[in-house]
Amino acid sequence: MSAAGGPGIPGYDEARARWEQDVAGDPGVAAERRNLSGVPVKALYGPEDVDPAAYLEQLGFPGQAPYTRGVHATMHRGRPWNPRLVVGLGTPADYNARMRELYRLGLTGLFVSPCNSHLRGYDADEVDRELLGVCGTLIDTSEDMERSLEGLPFDQESVSIGDTAPYTLTAMYLKVAADRGIPWHTLAGTTNQSDYLSHYAALHMFFRVALPGQKRLLVDHVEWMRRNVPRWNPLSVIGQHYQQAGATPAEAMGLALSAALQHSRDLMERGMAPDDFLPRLSFFFDASINFFEEVAKFRAGRRIWSRLVADRLGASDPRSQRMRFHAQTSGADLTRQQPLNNIARVAVQAMAGIFGGLQSLHTDSLDEAIGSPTVDAARVAVATQHILRHEAHLDDVIDPLAGSYYVEALTDAMEERIMAVVDAIEAEGGMAAALEAGTVQQMIGASSLAAQERIESGEQIVVGVNGFTVPEGDEEGASARPVLQVPAPERPDPAKIDAYLERLSAFRARQDRARVTAALDALARSFDDPGENTYGRVVDAIMNGATHGEVCRTVREAAGAGEPLVML
Amino acid sequence: MSEQGHPPTDEVRPPRVLVTKIGLDGHDRGSRLVARFLRDAGMEVIYTGPWQSIGAVSAAAAQEDVDVVGISSLAGDHLIVPKLMDALRQAGLGHVRVVVGGIIPEGEVAALLAAGVSKVVHPGATRAEIVELVSSLAADARLADAGPAAMAAAGASPAGAAAAPAVQP
Repeated sequence: MSAAGGPGIPGYDEARARWEQDVAGDPGVAAERRNLSGVPVKALYGPEDVDPAAYLEQLGFPGQAPYTRGVHATMHRGRPWNPRLVVGLGTPADYNARMRELYRLGLTGLFVSPCNSHLRGYDADEVDRELLGVCGTLIDTSEDMERSLEGLPFDQESVSIGDTAPYTLTAMYLKVAADRGIPWHTLAGTTNQSDYLSHYAALHMFFRVALPGQKRLLVDHVEWMRRNVPRWNPLSVIGQHYQQAGATPAEAMGLALSAALQHSRDLMERGMAPDDFLPRLSFFFDASINFFEEVAKFRAGRRIWSRLVADRLGASDPRSQRMRFHAQTSGADLTRQQPLNNIARVAVQAMAGIFGGLQSLHTDSLDEAIGSPTVDAARVAVATQHILRHEAHLDDVIDPLAGSYYVEALTDAMEERIMAVVDAIEAEGGMAAALEAGTVQQMIGASSLAAQERIESGEQIVVGVNGFTVPEGDEEGASARPVLQVPAPERPDPAKIDAYLERLSAFRARQDRARVTAALDALARSFDDPGENTYGRVVDAIMNGATHGEVCRTVREAAGAGEPLVML
Repeated sequence: MSEQGHPPTDEVRPPRVLVTKIGLDGHDRGSRLVARFLRDAGMEVIYTGPWQSIGAVSAAAAQEDVDVVGISSLAGDHLIVPKLMDALRQAGLGHVRVVVGGIIPEGEVAALLAAGVSKVVHPGATRAEIVELVSSLAADARLADAGPAAMAAAGASPAGAAAAPAVQP
């Protein structure tokens, strides 16, 4: 996009030459700097770095291709971002109490995050009890879902469910809606963790079904939800996992777009037209503290996706080209040392996401590096979003950093880096093939090591960790005051866990065994029939009173168990 | 090591370390990094990936004849480490040193040490600190395995659940 020579302004070249003379020999200006994605960063950007004539082609207006300036015409002026908080702790009653509290504080998006036992495909009574409710809410039955949502306005809000294959939480949500007489076609929400490719590559938080089985489950889920719950976003492509696992911002965006291409092709192979499902596709990204790099990542990602959708998937509906996204501030940037500093970090990360044009935002709690968030820390996280909107007025102007010589040049440079990743994955035959070959895991591992080495060498200062540390036991001066501490993480009350397990066993005792068995048998058989939709059978099993673990066991046996490719 | 009164680690065989995650969580960025650090420092590293059962870790520790087991915990999985310590002792692996790293709330460190864990490492530890800690623990484990006489000769503390943390960095 850069034009050769001066921009044709009288006196420009002379003024530029004077500046160059002024800074000549300055080590700060001369030092080579690169951002995490490897883009060289100059000390100064100017008109020569942008091409105003390329405005329509490269930027366009908000709500217009290539969507660099935002997916909606009004952006945050007309559609304020949706403040969400991932909440996952203890029992359904604990979750409910925390959500009611956060609602009072102005949170608008529900976000259910289940316990690790759930994510791995088990009921609570199948795993070590020490691990129950420690990192996510226990939800094994539709009654647990009912208790979690009691008194919350869940049918008027867009919910986001941290649901992995075989998507039983979404099925439980549908059962609760049906029990309350709420028609499914009115429900809006997102199956937030449905992208099994990112789980497989970066997080290993999924239940043990091999990739072909995961693919079948996801395609069936999207197809069934499209038919029965048309306002739902059944596929959320996750870039956040790659970046938290160590990928650079450009790599994380490139891998997410590659995964989105893979899922789209899988759905097209099933016979769905791209314009049938792409308008409901959403993304989930990390917002890290590398402010300008993140802003450029989001803007470049939107531009690339709109072009990939048109050029490689053949979509023509403008809604298919919009990269709508949720962002979560990066937990990996937060430190255990001097934990109150994390409030400042989260504010900067959130600003990067907001200026990047997000649709909804989770702000991490300041104690994220210490344990599961306490309610006090969660309050600060929600308030941070209100402060940025209502006090700092960050929603006043649409895409306010556009036109900055630096931001536009960086957006172009990030686009190049992101496309290099997309092209490399395409050359390997797509994301699934690249995962099976281990390429993606190696890319993430190398970048994670490089990031650690930058910290160890002191090239990257992390305040309180390798720089500006507060000496312990130093009795001299102001630093002798103890560092402000945050409360210890909450652990679930053992009595509440006991009560939960008792309720689960009472639920099992009440199950209509014949109905549950019939529904699970039908689910198992659906895997042998390519013409059947297995997700319809999952919903049916939950409607007939099966537990999460029962559904998962059935699917594991029918679809074939699998493990992630583990490599250093 | 030798400056600290320990005999040098076996010249022939470098420390053998099992790096693993027990329980349900899959966040493996930390364990992969630590495994690479130790391997690059010349140790023999057995890396299992996440989701290991306590029985599987204990069996692997025995089969691989490791000196140190490193457990990474980022989502509360360390709460079952005391069960692993019991399993190791029952398998006759009381000499194996166990180190836990990751997000471990301060209030939960004492219980891990009381269960026999040698050291808890928090985020922010450097490569050099981790390598030094593990090689020192490996030397302790070999002394403990060699028996009380060797330990007395080296001035080390006895092995077992009540042993104080072997290394004070």
